[in-house]
Amino acid sequence: MPQILRINCRTKEYNFEEVGPYVNLGGRALTSRLINKEVPADCHPLSAENKLVFATGLLGGSTAANSGRVSVGTKSPLTGGIKESNSGGLFAHKMPKMDLLAIVLEDKPAEQAPFSTLFITDGKVEFRDASDIVGMDNYPAHDKLLEQYGNKLCAAMIGPAGETVRQTATIQFTDPYKRPARSAGRGGTGAVMGSKKIKAIVLDPEFANKVGAVDNDNFKTARSTWVNILKGHPVTSEGLPGFGTAVLVNVVNEAGALPTKNFRYGQCEHAAEISGEKMAEIIESRKGKTTEGCHAGCIIQCSQQYNDADGNYLTSGFEYETIWAFGANALIKDFDDIATMDRICDDKGMDTIEAGNTIAVAMDGGIIPWGDGKAAIELLKKVGSKDPMGMIIGNGVEFAGGAFGVDRLPTVKRQSMPAYDPRAVKGVGVTYATTAMGADHTAGYGVTANLLGVGGSIDGLKKEGNIELSKNLQVATAAIDSMGFCLFVAFAVLDSDNGVQTMADLVQSWTGNSFTPDDLIALGVGAMKDEQAFNERAGFTKADDKLPRFFETDPLPPHNVTWDYDEDELQAAKV
Amino acid sequence: MGIELKCFATLAKFLPENGDDYPVESGETVRSLVNKLGMPEKDVTLIFINAVRSNLDSEVNDGDRVGLFPPVGGG
Repeated sequence: MPQILRINCRTKEYNFEEVGPYVNLGGRALTSRLINKEVPADCHPLSAENKLVFATGLLGGSTAANSGRVSVGTKSPLTGGIKESNSGGLFAHKMPKMDLLAIVLEDKPAEQAPFSTLFITDGKVEFRDASDIVGMDNYPAHDKLLEQYGNKLCAAMIGPAGETVRQTATIQFTDPYKRPARSAGRGGTGAVMGSKKIKAIVLDPEFANKVGAVDNDNFKTARSTWVNILKGHPVTSEGLPGFGTAVLVNVVNEAGALPTKNFRYGQCEHAAEISGEKMAEIIESRKGKTTEGCHAGCIIQCSQQYNDADGNYLTSGFEYETIWAFGANALIKDFDDIATMDRICDDKGMDTIEAGNTIAVAMDGGIIPWGDGKAAIELLKKVGSKDPMGMIIGNGVEFAGGAFGVDRLPTVKRQSMPAYDPRAVKGVGVTYATTAMGADHTAGYGVTANLLGVGGSIDGLKKEGNIELSKNLQVATAAIDSMGFCLFVAFAVLDSDNGVQTMADLVQSWTGNSFTPDDLIALGVGAMKDEQAFNERAGFTKADDKLPRFFETDPLPPHNVTWDYDEDELQAAKV
Repeated sequence: MGIELKCFATLAKFLPENGDDYPVESGETVRSLVNKLGMPEKDVTLIFINAVRSNLDSEVNDGDRVGLFPPVGGG
């Protein structure tokens, strides 16, 4: 039976518990329920009262395609609200094989306590001395763990940004290619892990129980229907594997919605130089790989291996959002500079969206020149050191804006916006405004119907229909995150007659518990309700659902549109 | 003066050499353009004319910027 493992980071006691009140929950629904029920909403995110939860989805451990995403939940040091940050890697499918539904880090040791590596095995947790990897970047530290634990290593770890509790800090996960290249990126979850003095969590490579579906015949049938749905949709079968997520650079630029120069313009002159097409060309010429999955069982394969000019591995999981943030929003043209910054972010363990926007703010504040990739690289390298500039950059847009005297700060709930200008993609703008997560495209990706013609078509330049679009997507996304699916399955599900039913069939046959499409919706609604309730107790009101004023006053070229929702009408996007 | 034609992702191979200044006839539509370029109509699912979402029956005029995409997604 799956259990919840609670680990006290101060006393080093631990307990494998029955799931109790968290029965039938998984992924985001579980992390958000646990944080809402157990963490005082008004605690400081870095205090002993905050908790850090790793949860596998309802389909974790299964062979259903694209069901191996992990949810990390906590009170966010960046936003001060609840956070679920989602990642690929090997963790989520490994946990059920160790009878684990969730791992909860609680309490924290004294300030001067040394960092530990948690080694989790059959019924046992060891706090191991981490002094040999403390202060190291994620890639070399991960290599040390590989030496120690072997090639079946499955780790979650923080880099220097997390050790120094910076608000952009990520938790990095071992990917299928023995690299720490997958991130729970947003909201500073790595800082919470750092505050608890845990450098890494290693799941015993030798401990792997067999897991299987309760109703194997129906599971196999649903699994093959599911593969056909994903393979039958052109986005999940061709668009994403061919060019990665960066294929969107040209799309969003043509649509006039690519935030450029710290959200001043909707089109970027050098878009072609930072496009997915250009990336594929560079990767092929250097014998990298244009397609890779982020977790076992992925059949979409949107990731890649990007090599440097000498043909050596530089980075992977190199996403549209990252390329946009450094490339269009900070006006950097050189693809290798951008790839280097992606690698630095993975090595220091920081969120590429927040880091890219922070670099743009540093440019807006005159700290470095616009478009200067080399200067941006030097700024990012300081994160995790004792240099005060590294402390500022590592704390994200709002903090850096305060330090540099910049008033143009594209944030909601202190989290900076991703790669779609909300004035021209209002469906995702409504999500930025209303999700409990802060500005987050993955919480309700209205780009689908606004720009991509997936799941219907709703004009992103006008208000009509976009609140409903965002709300429906927010509910569906919360359910997808709770089952452990990759969000990109939504492209196929939105255009499929039997997609939702098939996801429900997979859960029902895998778990043996009745699970209908109505239950799936209820799972998503429940997660959102927990998140909203937590944020209300933390002091958030509808005034926190506003976008920064400049989106209302400054028209965005080329469409010259503004943000024109008031916070009262936006409340309809919540559950 | 013609149009500024842009063909992306898997459609890039259909881009003519004079894409920056591609001649169009009066009454030209995206459909007639796509046929002239030899693209399978069903592969052209995202169409932007001067940054506005358009369709196969939209008119194309001199000076327009036309972007053609196959089905794509990401994020």
